[in-house]
Amino acid sequence: MKFTWFNLMPWPYMPNDFREKHRSVWVDIPNTLYDPVRGHAVYNEYMDQLEYAATLGFDGIGVNEHHQNGYGLMPSPNLIAAALTRRTSGAAICVIGNSIALYNPPIRVAEEFAMLDVISGGRLVAGFPVGTPMDTNFCYGQIPALTRDKYREAHELIMRAWEAEEPFAFDGKYNQLRWVNCWPKPIQKPHPPIYIPGGGSVETWDFCLDHDYNYSYLSFGGYKAGKALLDGYWERVAERGKDESPFRAAFAQIICVADTDAEAERLYSEHILYFYNRCLRVYPGFADPPGYRTVKTIKAGTLTLLRRENQKLFENVTWKDLVERGMVIAGSPETVRQRMEELIKSLRVGHVFCLLHSGNQPDEKTRHSTRLFAEQVMPKLRNMWPEWEGDERWWIKPLADPVRVAEPVGARQ
Amino acid sequence: MNPAVIETRKGARIRVLEGGPLDGRPLLFLHGVAGLLEEHAFLDLLAGRYRVYAPELPGYGDSSGEELYEDMLDFALHAWDVVTALGLAGRRLSVIGHSMGGMIAGEMACLAPEAIDRLVLVDALGLWLDEHPIPDMFSFLPFEFGDYLFQDARRGTALLTGGVDFSDDDATRGFLVANARRLGTAGKMLFPVPNRRLSKRLYRLNTETLVVWGKGDRLVPPVYAKRWAELLPCATVVMVGEAGHMVPYEQPEALATEVMSFLG
Repeated sequence: MKFTWFNLMPWPYMPNDFREKHRSVWVDIPNTLYDPVRGHAVYNEYMDQLEYAATLGFDGIGVNEHHQNGYGLMPSPNLIAAALTRRTSGAAICVIGNSIALYNPPIRVAEEFAMLDVISGGRLVAGFPVGTPMDTNFCYGQIPALTRDKYREAHELIMRAWEAEEPFAFDGKYNQLRWVNCWPKPIQKPHPPIYIPGGGSVETWDFCLDHDYNYSYLSFGGYKAGKALLDGYWERVAERGKDESPFRAAFAQIICVADTDAEAERLYSEHILYFYNRCLRVYPGFADPPGYRTVKTIKAGTLTLLRRENQKLFENVTWKDLVERGMVIAGSPETVRQRMEELIKSLRVGHVFCLLHSGNQPDEKTRHSTRLFAEQVMPKLRNMWPEWEGDERWWIKPLADPVRVAEPVGARQ
Repeated sequence: MNPAVIETRKGARIRVLEGGPLDGRPLLFLHGVAGLLEEHAFLDLLAGRYRVYAPELPGYGDSSGEELYEDMLDFALHAWDVVTALGLAGRRLSVIGHSMGGMIAGEMACLAPEAIDRLVLVDALGLWLDEHPIPDMFSFLPFEFGDYLFQDARRGTALLTGGVDFSDDDATRGFLVANARRLGTAGKMLFPVPNRRLSKRLYRLNTETLVVWGKGDRLVPPVYAKRWAELLPCATVVMVGEAGHMVPYEQPEALATEVMSFLG
């Protein structure tokens, strides 16, 4: 099993009446709610937490890309990742990922990911999301019905740029480049492991299987709600005649660990509710512009989180609800271990993105939960897939002897 | 009006409502963002005098081939392909464009100014004024379309959805698919800002143009009528009361009267 410690980097200072006053945490959220001076402390705290997780033995540390929102403050995850490469040594740097249809030209992603892979000594996990409609269409202006086509072209350009050993001309529909000649190129050959975060479109499953990429289901519906979707994915894997390595799939899960179940509720419920009530308050009109989903996907009806009735999933939620429905895995180390085992087995995943920071959870609680998970839960979950042990097809291949980074100069007091 | 199906040279299959005297002057009606609604008294009135053709865009209703079209030029040329497929090439043709159809009609006219006899733009999209931003229709929830498009929102919603019962799963899915196809297609011309720089081409237009606007248009406010008149070399503006963006459906008689007096 692989475990990646992930921080969405939410803005922790959204007011108590946020739901009543504002229709959306994304796209048109007033930016006066952001305070750059507080933001200075927030970024540094979050980055410290990612580094801390790396010292505790998490296999990877993860960041992602979102725009114009209070849910996740990384318009450029590559900036955060670059800083992390210098302050960590063994952990994978999982950038899940760059919304490749938004880069103009997308060769920029080939270059920056190559830089990250080279600086980190081959520790990059490269994610290529299509991006949420909020980010991709409403904030960055991509035409919904053409987004997937543009994504496909960007993917083709990036992969060719990494693989080609001679400059080539690229005559695309969205990108015309007379000279494509990627400098630098990634250390990992033929390329870093590629993860495709998806919400559940049939096309995304096929895309992952066509290229043997990892399919990462990132939702906040929890593992019980996620099962139907992952079952669909595994059926597709079987139909396509691919092997059933659990490392083909990853899942994101919100987790809270405390000494006892009751203590978990006492420590974390406030912050979890902040996350569900404020960070996930997305105006439904921004969540699904016509044309973004394909007709095939709408007909299959698999994108459950975007359906109107399911918008209410996150309304008036209680801690008890969230825990019972598996949206949050919380409790003592033993409770969390049992639930995690259930998650891993029922979804058949070899990689979990562990969301151990949520909403406005303060640093000391985040570290407490993280440490308990790393020390008392993670070791007991390592050997969940003995028959697939050693299957490293979706994992980093770092240099055996990377440069040791010197102690930072002018360290913070 | 009778439905017919035509195929364009590019390969789109298009449903066309056709009606009026066979020897009448040909009049092309290009529908707006919402498509051709079930009820079309406006077209029936015009068919009393002209031979009216109302093609659906690919992606709307039973008309398909939307994947073949990606940008404004594609759609403008498509409109001419439809004219050809209808056997109207070379005929003295008048064009009425409503909403997004007005944008397409404007582009058609800029491509071939001599080929259009008279042009009518009804609450047309296609221009942009920073001081008067057009609401983001791609973020509307289903119930909001009625509010923005019609003076009488309730009646409008019923017209737009064709009476879909949203408690029924299959009906809802059917509506979502149809809506995704319609607005997915519209988005290629209108997203994220409904301006494909038609304004810089309008100087080419020497066609007599009637600009008609619903006084209560909340989607494209009436100030845009003035902007069209400034940019078009030969334009007359007429405002219609008791109407929002959907003038052809809200005031069919008033609009038909204006159009007939303009076209003669």
